[in-house]
Amino acid sequence: MSDVAERVKKIVIEHLGVDAEKVVDNANFIEDLGADSLDTVELVMAFEEEFSVEIPDDAAETIVTVGDAVKFLEKATAA
Amino acid sequence: MFDLSGKTALVTGASGGLGQAIARALHQRGAAVGLSGTRVEALEKLAHELGAKAFVLPCDLSDKSAVEALVPAAEAALGGVDILVNNAGVTRDNLFMRMKDEEWDTVINVNLTAIFRLSRACLKGMLRKRYGRIIGISSVVGVTGNAGQGNYAASKAGMIGMSKSLAAEVASRNVTVNCIAPGFIESPMTDVLNDKQKTAILAQVPMGRLGTGDEVAAAVVYLASSEAAYVTGQTLHVNGGMAMI
Repeated sequence: MSDVAERVKKIVIEHLGVDAEKVVDNANFIEDLGADSLDTVELVMAFEEEFSVEIPDDAAETIVTVGDAVKFLEKATAA
Repeated sequence: MFDLSGKTALVTGASGGLGQAIARALHQRGAAVGLSGTRVEALEKLAHELGAKAFVLPCDLSDKSAVEALVPAAEAALGGVDILVNNAGVTRDNLFMRMKDEEWDTVINVNLTAIFRLSRACLKGMLRKRYGRIIGISSVVGVTGNAGQGNYAASKAGMIGMSKSLAAEVASRNVTVNCIAPGFIESPMTDVLNDKQKTAILAQVPMGRLGTGDEVAAAVVYLASSEAAYVTGQTLHVNGGMAMI
């Protein structure tokens, strides 16, 4: 697992209070991990803070699974 | 009770009479206050009077970029905004048939759109902190309507609907959103009324007198306090009984 993936999963586990084994790449924040819509906004805020990046609203809307977040942040931090 | 030590508050319209009373009351309960408004001299005088933990943050709420800069400036000065008091407001009274688009736009922009932007900007910090108080100073006319104030009443009713919606969204994060709807309050605006006008106004108020800024400020202190943690999406009417809703 990449360093980015590990940090993303840690944030998701902490924020949503879910078991680590549930936080897999194709886990949907809302459908699989029990997040509400405000949780998804807060997760994006937490990712922004952790990785010191700005996630614009239109990009944030495409981040619906753990894998989406990892992919976006790997790209954003590589740049 | 109602101890606000360690809390930070941003008050808009703090150069006006009611805003000053609100800022004084919050400060007196221990909060650090950001004083926003257009009349810098009045803000500085108030900050000087309050002494420590008072910061002047001039802002013209009709200017979009100034509005966007206000919350970051307040967070920098205060170290965060725990309590946002949307007190600033303007009137451009006119009969509906004669009301100009500009009169409508000005009132909606300052009294409603600016408050939307300020509240949105404060939310990030409040959600992160899992604590926040957003308090809108609405008006009795937002609920009852008033001839000659179609724009103002719409903005004040809009504030109430907006607050209820936001309250529902952020309640689970311990951020409360409430409004206060003052009736007739002593102010430079009511000071200039003649006796006949005053008598006509007071005939509508069972209490038989105007309210004071301090009486509205006390309601702000309550809603800002941790004691009011379970109160959200409400409108607290401070009007001497003139409208019982």
